[in-house]
Amino acid sequence: MEFGFTTAAYVVAAVLFILSLGGLSGQESAKRAVWYGIVGMALAIFATLIGPGSGLWLLSLLLIAAGGAIGYVVAQRVQMTEMPQLVAAMHSLVGLAAVFVGFNAHFELGNVLAMDDAARKSLDGFAALLAKKDAVEINILRVELFLGIFIGAITFTGSVIAYGKLAGKVTSAATKLPGGHALNAGAAALSLICLIWYFNTGGFLPLLLMTLAALFIGYHLIMGIGGADMPVVVSMLNSYSGWAAAAIGFSLGNDLLIVVGALVGSSGAILSYIMCKAMNRHFVSVILGGFGGTSGPAMEVEGEQVAIEADGVAQALNDADSIIIIPGYGMAVAQAQQSVSELVRKLRAKGKNVRFAIHPVAGRLPGHMNVLLAEAKVPYDIVLEMDEINDDFPETDVAIVIGSNDIVNPAAQEDPNSPIAGMPVLECWKAKQVFVSKRGQGTGYSGIENPLFFKENTRMFYGDAKESLDKLLPMIE
Amino acid sequence: MKIGTPKEIHEGEHRVAMTPESAAQLQKLGHECLIETGAGLEAGFSDAAYEAAGVEVVKTAAALYKASDVVAKVRPPTETEVKRLRKGQTLISFFYPGSNEELMGKAAEKGATVIAMDMVPRISRAQKMDALSSMANIAGYRAVIEAGNNFGRFFTGQVTAAGKVPPAKVLVVGAGVAGLAAIGTATSLGAITYAFDVRPEVAEQIESMGAEFVFLEFDESELPDGAATGGYAPPSSPEFQAKQLEKFREIAPDMDIVITTALIPNRPAPVLWTKDMVESMKPGSVIVDLAAERGGNCELTVMDEKIVTDNGVTIIGYTDFPSRMAAQSSTLYANNIRHMMADLTPEKDGAINHDMEDDVIRGATITHDKEVTFPPPPPKVQAIAAKPKEKPKELSAEEKRAQEVAEFKAQTKQQVTLIAVGAVVLLAVGLVAPASFMQHFIVFVLSVFVGFQVIWNVSHSLHTPLMAVTNAISSIIILGALMQIGSSSFLVIILAALSIFMAGINIFGGFLVTRRMLAMFQKS
Repeated sequence: MEFGFTTAAYVVAAVLFILSLGGLSGQESAKRAVWYGIVGMALAIFATLIGPGSGLWLLSLLLIAAGGAIGYVVAQRVQMTEMPQLVAAMHSLVGLAAVFVGFNAHFELGNVLAMDDAARKSLDGFAALLAKKDAVEINILRVELFLGIFIGAITFTGSVIAYGKLAGKVTSAATKLPGGHALNAGAAALSLICLIWYFNTGGFLPLLLMTLAALFIGYHLIMGIGGADMPVVVSMLNSYSGWAAAAIGFSLGNDLLIVVGALVGSSGAILSYIMCKAMNRHFVSVILGGFGGTSGPAMEVEGEQVAIEADGVAQALNDADSIIIIPGYGMAVAQAQQSVSELVRKLRAKGKNVRFAIHPVAGRLPGHMNVLLAEAKVPYDIVLEMDEINDDFPETDVAIVIGSNDIVNPAAQEDPNSPIAGMPVLECWKAKQVFVSKRGQGTGYSGIENPLFFKENTRMFYGDAKESLDKLLPMIE
Repeated sequence: MKIGTPKEIHEGEHRVAMTPESAAQLQKLGHECLIETGAGLEAGFSDAAYEAAGVEVVKTAAALYKASDVVAKVRPPTETEVKRLRKGQTLISFFYPGSNEELMGKAAEKGATVIAMDMVPRISRAQKMDALSSMANIAGYRAVIEAGNNFGRFFTGQVTAAGKVPPAKVLVVGAGVAGLAAIGTATSLGAITYAFDVRPEVAEQIESMGAEFVFLEFDESELPDGAATGGYAPPSSPEFQAKQLEKFREIAPDMDIVITTALIPNRPAPVLWTKDMVESMKPGSVIVDLAAERGGNCELTVMDEKIVTDNGVTIIGYTDFPSRMAAQSSTLYANNIRHMMADLTPEKDGAINHDMEDDVIRGATITHDKEVTFPPPPPKVQAIAAKPKEKPKELSAEEKRAQEVAEFKAQTKQQVTLIAVGAVVLLAVGLVAPASFMQHFIVFVLSVFVGFQVIWNVSHSLHTPLMAVTNAISSIIILGALMQIGSSSFLVIILAALSIFMAGINIFGGFLVTRRMLAMFQKS
C-alpha cells in the first residue's frame, strides 16, 4: 500500500518535472512552470519520507530546512552577474551528494551481504531492496554505483574549479600540469582498472582509488579550459550532474531519480551542443582546451582604429532611428547593464527602434545576457537571438557593441584562415555606423585581431563600459 | 621646427595654408608657426588673429622662407619661390608633379623635400590629409551655388498664389567627391537631381545622397573597374562612350542645370557634353564645368570664363571654386596640412621624422635628398573600393527541388540509422541484462528521449533559468539519501545526512533563484 503510494507520487512528480522544463519555452509559461517543479519536488520528498526505508525523518526535515535556509539566503542575495558561479557551485553540491550516496550504497551492500538469511528478512527500505538481489544484479549494481561515483566526483571538482574561475578566484587562463591530457588519460585508465577490480572483489579500496582519480580528472580537465569556453563547461557539468543522479538512481532502483537524472543530463547535453555550434567548434576540442589549428596566415588587418568621444556617439544616437545593442561579457564585468537599460529607456522614449542582439555564447553562461538585461528591466521582447536579428543590420543606423569581441568578428566570415572561421557571428559591421565600447585596444579571449575595429564605419568608444555610458546618458536629449 | 606660410602669389588665389586654428594645433605638436603679413586677409583671417594664436607675423616672403624649416602653401610654387628653397627645407603644397616636371627637378637640385598634397594616396588612413577631396567637396558645393547665381529660376518647385513653379532639374556627371557634394547641395535646395557615373558601384552612394542614378544599359564585363586605379574612374571603351553620349543627348533638353566633374588621372578631361547637346538645351540653362582646368567636359567651355551661347545657355568654366570660398577652403586645407604634419611628427616633439617607409608620406613626397622621388611605387596597401562579390549562382526551381529531396533523403537516412543502431544496442543490452535492470533501463531511455524533445523547445533567452531549475531538480538525489538515512550504520547516516543537507541548499537555492530570474523578465 505504502509502496504503491510512493510509486504513484513519483509518477506525478516526474510528470510535473517534465512540464516544468517544457514550460521554459516561453517567458510567461516559465513563471508557472517553476511552480510545477517546486510542487513535484515537494511531493517526491514527502512520498519518500513516508515511504518504506526512510528513518530519522525528523532529522531529515531539519537538515532540509537548514540547507533550505542557506539556499534561500543565497538565492535572494546573489547578483545576476554572479549567476554563472552560483550555478557552478550548485553543480558541485549535486556531484558531492552523488558521491556520498554512492558510497552509502556500497556500505549498505557490504552490510547486507555480510548478513545471514534471517537477518536479511528483517530488513526494510533500501537494505531490503539490496537483500533481494541475486548475484548478476549485484554485479550490475556495482557497475552502476561505480559510474555514479565516478561522474559525481568529476562533477564535484570540475564544478569547484569552474566556480573558482568564474568567481575570479582561480586564474581563468587555460593551465595544465606538465603531462597535459596524458595525465587525464592515465587517471581514466586507472579508473577503468579499478572498475574491473571492484567488479570482481567488491572491496572499498578500488572505489576509493577511482574516486581520487575522478576528482583529479575533474580538477585538471576544467583547469585546462579558458574563460570564454565556460558556457560549454557549465552546461557540460550540468549534464554530468544529471547523469550522476541517473546512475545513482539505477543503483538504488529508484525510477524517479533515473527520470530526473536523464532529463537534466539531456538538457545539459543539448545546451553544450548549442554552445559548441555557436562557436563552430567541436565539443571535444573545447573540452580538451585551446583553439584548433589554423590553416594558414591570418589575413592582414587594414586601416586604423579611430576613437570617438561620448558627444560623437550621442549625436549619432540622437540622429539614428534604429539601434541594435550587442552586449557581451564585458558589460557584465563592468556592471553596466543598468546604464544600458537607462540608455535604452531614453532612446525608446524618443520613439527610436532599439533592440538587443544576443549571441548564444555571449557571457559565461548560456542565456547570461538575457538574465542580466531582464534584471535591469529591459523588456524581453526587444532582446532578440542572433538568428532573429542578423538580417536586420543593413537597415540599422547604429550598432553598439558593449564588451563583446569574438562574437562580432568579421574574420569568421571573411578570413578562411582565421581560427574562428565559420563561427556564426553577429554581422554588426553591416550597420551604417558601429560604436564599440571597449576598455582598450587589444584582442579578445581567442587572441584574434578583430577587423571590425578597423572598419571605416566603426568608431572605438574607449573606456570602462559603465563610465562611458554614464557619460553618454546626459547627452541624449 | 618652424612652419611658415607665405602669402599666395597666384592672382585671384584667396586661400591660405594656415589658419589661427590650425596654428594652435601645430603648436601642440611642438612646432613654431610663422606667417607672412596679410596672408590670411583674403580668407578672413587678420594678422591680429594669427598673433593672438601665437603665430609670428613676418614682413616679407623672403624673410619667411629664410626663417622657416617647413613652408606650407596652397598653389604650386613659382620659379621664384623654388629659388628661395634651400637644402633640408620642406615644402608642402599642391604641386601636380605630372605636369610640373621642370620645377620639380629644380626643387630637387636645391635639396629641398617637397610634399605634394595632390599626391597623398587615396587610402582610408590618409583621408584626413586628402586635400584634393576636401577641395573637391567645396568645388562641388560652390558649383551649385554658381549655377544658382546664373539660373533665373527657383531650384525647388513651389505652388504660389501667383502660379506654379516647376522644380529645376539638375544633372551631375561624375559622382566623385565633387559630384557627390554637388548632388547633396542641389537636392537640399530642392532640385530634382540626376547623376551619372561610369562606375556602377557608386550608384548606391548617388541614391543615398538623394539623386537618381542615370542608368545605362551595358554589359557588366565591359565596365571599367574603379578599384584598379585607386578609386578614380578609368578611361572607358569607345562603345561605352558612344552609349553614354547617346543617353546624354536624350536627356539634355530636359535639364536646367548640368554640372560636370569627370576627370581621368593624368589625362585631358573627357568630352561628355558636346556642342549639339548644349544647343538642344533650353535658354536660361546653366552648365558648370568643374573640369575646365583640364580642357573641360563640355565642348564649349572656356577656361576661367563664363560665356553665354547663342541659344542662351550659360557655361561657367571657372577653375577657382575653392578660392571663391576662401574661408571654408582655407580652414579645411590648413587642417589637411596639420594632419600631414601630425604624421610627420609622430612623437609630437616638434622634430620631423620623414619616414620614407610610410605609405602616405612616401606617396606624397616628390623630391627628397636631392632626388626626384616621383612617381612613387604603388602603395603597399591596395584597397579602396572592394570588388563586387560574385553572386552565388541562382538555383533553378528543379535544382532547388532536387536539393530539398536530397536533403530529406539524407535526413531520413540519418534518422533511420540512428533508430536502428539504438534498437540494436537496446536489444543487445536486453540479451545479457536481467529483467529488473531492463525495467529501469527502459525508463531511462524514454526519459532521455523526452528530455531531448522538451529541451529543444526551450527559448534561448531562458537558458540560464533552465540551468538553475535543472540544478534544483537534479537535487532529486536527495531521495537516495533519504532512503539511506534509516540505515543502522553510523557512517552511512553521516554521509546521508550531509547529502540531504547539501541537496536542501540546492533545492531551495535553485528554485528560488529561478523564480527570481523569471520574475525579472518583463514585457514592454
